[in-house]
Amino acid sequence: MEDAKQLVAFEAKIAAGQKIEPKDWMPEAYRKQLIRMMSQHAHSEIVGMLPEGNWITRAPNLRRKAILLAKVQDEGGHGLYLYSAAETLGVDRTELLSQLHTGKAKYSSIFNYPTLSWADIGAIGWLVDGAAIMNQTVLARGSYGPYSRAMVRICKEESFHNRQGYEIMMTLAQGTPEQKAMAQDALNRWWWPAVMMLGPSDDKSPNSDQLMRWKVKLESNDAIRERFIDRTVPQAEFIGLKVPDKDMKFNEKTGHYTHGEINWDEFFEVIKGNGPCNAKRLKDRVEADKKGRWVREAATAYAAKQAKEREIA
Amino acid sequence: MEDTQWPVWEVFVQGNPGIPHKHVGNVHAPDAEMAIQNARDVYTRRSEGISIWVVPSNAISASSPEDQGAFFEPSNDKPYRHPTFYKIPDGVKYL
Ligand SMILES: [Fe+2]
Ligand SMILES: [Fe+2]
Repeated sequence: MEDAKQLVAFEAKIAAGQKIEPKDWMPEAYRKQLIRMMSQHAHSEIVGMLPEGNWITRAPNLRRKAILLAKVQDEGGHGLYLYSAAETLGVDRTELLSQLHTGKAKYSSIFNYPTLSWADIGAIGWLVDGAAIMNQTVLARGSYGPYSRAMVRICKEESFHNRQGYEIMMTLAQGTPEQKAMAQDALNRWWWPAVMMLGPSDDKSPNSDQLMRWKVKLESNDAIRERFIDRTVPQAEFIGLKVPDKDMKFNEKTGHYTHGEINWDEFFEVIKGNGPCNAKRLKDRVEADKKGRWVREAATAYAAKQAKEREIA
Repeated sequence: MEDTQWPVWEVFVQGNPGIPHKHVGNVHAPDAEMAIQNARDVYTRRSEGISIWVVPSNAISASSPEDQGAFFEPSNDKPYRHPTFYKIPDGVKYL
């Protein structure tokens, strides 16, 4: 079958709501786009472990520490599901990681902001995981089978991340005036980066139509952002915190909030590598990889020794 | 020694006694024993399973998606393999 015919069959399959599986025929642009998305997503999961990992040893009590450990471990697992989904398209994980470590690959802009206080851990779970959930529940309806299944699995685990973050914020907001101020300060610093992490308006981007038709993209960034804001603003109000947007207003007619102007210059600067923590994140990632090397070598040596012993026995 | 990511193992988890193992994903590991440990850490963090199988990815052979139609066609024209194919009068019981 020539490409044109295969393309028709491919698009018909997607239109019928069927998933594309690794060995199915797919256009090169589809494969490339998915590898790019899945690997960036995987990188975001494991780079995202860094700002939170920063607070594991300083969690305020054992309960919080155990929860944070479990959350950060989940993110490592999310990275693994996504790298493995990317590998189904024939790329090698070592290659993807080396793209991350050499600064060639991108990851979510949000992880280039610092975690300055314990309240930031609350803000991340509530806002960053909250925004990620909005995005990931949409991606779970995507056409590529392995990616969509990884998203379903991840979404199930994310809800705990979101709730534990909100609980941290709520506890602080109901605490002493200093604690409440700490929560508000974290909200002030994380709000806009969280609103931006869903990406710039993409309605006018040239390949949007094709990506929508192929169900690689299913909703516009703005639509997902609106849903995030609609759900999150009342959550802030409920615990007596205020999102740092003086133009934020509920529009009775549309039933949605309208927000103030987003500083996209900041977003693109962070994407370009000029955020407050880009260099640190990359350095820590490379370091973590280097420090883990002896573990991988020891495990390989142990496996070889075990195999030899089995041979003798 | 070369720093590698190890071979890929497909992971199958049995959720409860008496039900089949189900494919859940894969892990990289240097041998089966460590693949099982990694699989436990990655795929059963919330009591999702009571038993794990791991199989080297490259040991799995699969039917090819291009031949899907022709390959499974032989069963399509044999409705008599289903009980609903047979008309039994209403009065007959236990059949
Ligand atoms: Fe995650
Ligand atoms: Fe998360």
